[in-house]
Amino acid sequence: MTQSSASPPAGDVAGTDAGAGVLRLDRITKVFGSLVANDAVSLDLRPGEIHCLLGENGAGKSTLMNQLYGLLQPDGGEILLDGAPVRFANPRQAIDAGIGMVHQHFMLVDVFSVAENIVLGREPGRGGILDLRAARRLVREMSERYRLEVDPDARVEDLPIGVQQRVEILKALSNDARFLVFDEPTAVLTPQETDELIEVMRALRDEGRAIVFITHKLREVRAIADRITVIRRGRVVGEAAPSASESELAEMMVGRAVSLRVDKTPAQVAGARLEVEHLTVTSPDGVVVVDDVDLEVAGGEILCVAGVQGNGQSELAEALLGVVPASRGRIRLDGTDLSRATPRRRLRAGMGFVPEDRKHDGFVGSFTVAENMVLNHVDAFADRGLLRLGDIRSHAETLTEQFDVRTQSVETPVASLSGGNQQKVVLARELSRPLSLLIASQPTRGVDVGAIEFLHQRIVQERDKGTAVLIVSTELDEVSALADRIAVMYRGRVVGVVDADTSREVLGLMMAGVPHEEAVRSASVTTVAEEEQKLEAEVAEHVAELEGSGPAGPGLEGGGSGV
Amino acid sequence: MVSELLGWVLRRLGRWVPWRDVLITALAFVLAFLVGAVLMIVSDPAVVGQYAYLFTAPQLPLGASWEKVSSAYAALVAGSVGGWVPLTETTAQAAPLICAGLGVGLAFRAGLFNIGAQGQAVVGAMAAAWVGFSWHLPPGIHLVVAVTFGMLAGAVWGGIAGVLKARAGAHEVIVTIMLNYIATGLLAFALTTTAFQRPGRADPISPVVDWNATMPRLEGSRLHLGFVLALAAAVLVWFLMERSVAGFTIKSVGLNPHAARTAGMSVSSSTVLAMLIAGALAGLAGVQAALGPNVSGTPTPLSGGLVGSIGFDAITVALLGRSRPLGTVLAGLLFGGLHAGGLAMQSQAQTSAELTTVLQALIVLFVAAPALVTTVVPFLKARRAPLTGTTPTGGLSS
Repeated sequence: MTQSSASPPAGDVAGTDAGAGVLRLDRITKVFGSLVANDAVSLDLRPGEIHCLLGENGAGKSTLMNQLYGLLQPDGGEILLDGAPVRFANPRQAIDAGIGMVHQHFMLVDVFSVAENIVLGREPGRGGILDLRAARRLVREMSERYRLEVDPDARVEDLPIGVQQRVEILKALSNDARFLVFDEPTAVLTPQETDELIEVMRALRDEGRAIVFITHKLREVRAIADRITVIRRGRVVGEAAPSASESELAEMMVGRAVSLRVDKTPAQVAGARLEVEHLTVTSPDGVVVVDDVDLEVAGGEILCVAGVQGNGQSELAEALLGVVPASRGRIRLDGTDLSRATPRRRLRAGMGFVPEDRKHDGFVGSFTVAENMVLNHVDAFADRGLLRLGDIRSHAETLTEQFDVRTQSVETPVASLSGGNQQKVVLARELSRPLSLLIASQPTRGVDVGAIEFLHQRIVQERDKGTAVLIVSTELDEVSALADRIAVMYRGRVVGVVDADTSREVLGLMMAGVPHEEAVRSASVTTVAEEEQKLEAEVAEHVAELEGSGPAGPGLEGGGSGV
Repeated sequence: MVSELLGWVLRRLGRWVPWRDVLITALAFVLAFLVGAVLMIVSDPAVVGQYAYLFTAPQLPLGASWEKVSSAYAALVAGSVGGWVPLTETTAQAAPLICAGLGVGLAFRAGLFNIGAQGQAVVGAMAAAWVGFSWHLPPGIHLVVAVTFGMLAGAVWGGIAGVLKARAGAHEVIVTIMLNYIATGLLAFALTTTAFQRPGRADPISPVVDWNATMPRLEGSRLHLGFVLALAAAVLVWFLMERSVAGFTIKSVGLNPHAARTAGMSVSSSTVLAMLIAGALAGLAGVQAALGPNVSGTPTPLSGGLVGSIGFDAITVALLGRSRPLGTVLAGLLFGGLHAGGLAMQSQAQTSAELTTVLQALIVLFVAAPALVTTVVPFLKARRAPLTGTTPTGGLSS
């Protein structure tokens, strides 16, 4: 295979004795300004083990891994490889030491072929001439060996996301990575692709590699982790065994009991409020991104639009508000035709809009919390064109209290708030006025688990007031928590509108373009309840396997600062 | 209770007065004056000649340098703030800069780079002067009408750029630069036509503006109505930006057009409105040049160079004032002072007029590049946190 120049001693990675082959992060501390991103975090990566790093957004998981990968330098503590301290000044050194990283945002060159991408950085060949044949052979050998099917000649941009991820994995493996870090790998995958990835990770573990799996999704963790370390606010708060329940894990992650299910009564559906017919959106470069979509949302129900990122959901939401022009179709809200109306008129007609990218579209960063809370209905806080500052202020004070926005004052610029609080500002603004339709794209992206619970409750409350609610989300957890009905989108079309208790497996197939009936026929489970049972059985099996083979203690260990 | 109140006042002050910026600006001056001093020494052959004795008789070159630099800066101070008349000269120089600077700053805050203040000022001056010398209206009314026409002309000139940007997507920088050329050419051409050219004159100069259309001044000084108008304009701009829905919209669009559009605001009408107001303000600067009394207190005629480079200096003034009305007034006064003092430097200390221009440029250079100041003065780096409560000059001595 490759002649990696500075290969570490353990060429055969199947070392089983405790000391050798272990990578230890010892009391790693990283400080950014006044923020302690990592506070004396210790972590062992052992061969033949899948170690889950569980924590909320911003808990410091990625910061920790970036230090391991040489992208950041620790301010305190050290990294020990086989018991000897090492320093990685850059990713090259980390790679040479056997560390591989599968990034959340793939580090691939879109217009290169798979083979070219994999050998990128240490191209085989002589005298500056790239030996593509050797590269292709390498890819074929590796994809056979690891059962990761890819065509070495395919261009990366033509591949589905799941396959692109395989290329990333192969790239890490081609460097002889003994320690593989997966940074939120499932965020972009369909349920089926996630299952496949889990199989790959298991195979790699069984080969004797050490795997770090970073995630905030509890369901995945329990199915595959051999060990779970929970990080909260930059500190290790404890280890958990995979037998721990989801709510136990969530409690460790958040620091208090959280309910993972949204309390909601069955929808009291009134008549249709939003009616969309033949809506078609063409992007400026001529691609049809929303293709002849028909939708109806009734008052008092939540319709979730599910789908893998980039299948036209965002454009659908933007076309409903009118910030993206529709090339065809009709939009009616409470019987009024708004197809050609400006965003301003649609907002006045009772549309609430939570944009997908809140920093970009949701607020003005250097404006204060108070100003942002009236951004799209400032006229209601003005007399003859003059602002009523007192009212704006008291409006903001009421809302920050109601929505528990953590801010120094309402005069603080929104940009200095945390992501979760920024999202609360946007949602509070939308829910503060009478709505007939609420459109929310990725309403809880980047928001803490604790805040998600709260935001979901507010959305359900809005539904119960009789508002029609349309949620666009790529997170199936969110979809199943909120939806009364689910519309699945694939390549700009609505593949089908299904009941809320449809299983992830069926939804996943639909997200890949399979029509509903066919998906139901080929899926092993079709309802959420059946799927839960199946998952529990899998976890039980996994736990039994662990207990039979290793000394992993059951239940929770530690809980305070178990460093 | 008292301490609470005091704490509240200090917090308010800390929020409203950006101490760090004040300190950096002050340091920018010091650095600019230091570099300016070096330039003065180097550019004077007599002083440079003394440096042959640097090792034998160091007091000679050092004394000559000190003499040169101190007399020049003394003249600068005397000419700008050294007494009532110099002070009013400063206000007279500052008034048009403030007006045009407000226009440029307002456009900045709307997300527009308005290079066209010059052209807007030129057409403003043309309109105001034309009304001033060709119409003959009663006292008071004549001035009001002339000022209004001047501002309207500026607004139209700015509005053209705004409409082209909003409707056709034409970049405002290119459009306003071209409109500057057109305005300058138009003025030169107009002064050769019978409508503008003074009867019996062959050179491009207009009749003198009526006394009724000339801004009244305080007898025996250079302080005239223009400065009052400039201050009023600053207050109005502040009120517009901080207290009105229109200002709220303009700022939103300027800071984040995507979020503004998503919030239902019309980016194009905000653009047009901002350019109309910016043009009117720059037009007012032109009005001041046309209707302000000259040094001897008498009305002025319109000529090709009457507006000078007000519109371009205004960009610097707006940058220096961080596009805020108060900042623009202060920056305008500073530039007015440098203009006024520069004249004195020239006449009293035999320093070249170009040097004051160099000084201005240096100040702006240092102010516009805070990173440069913090690099030159390293101790500032350690104080990234806001310097709330400490006096801005406290840092200078260390």
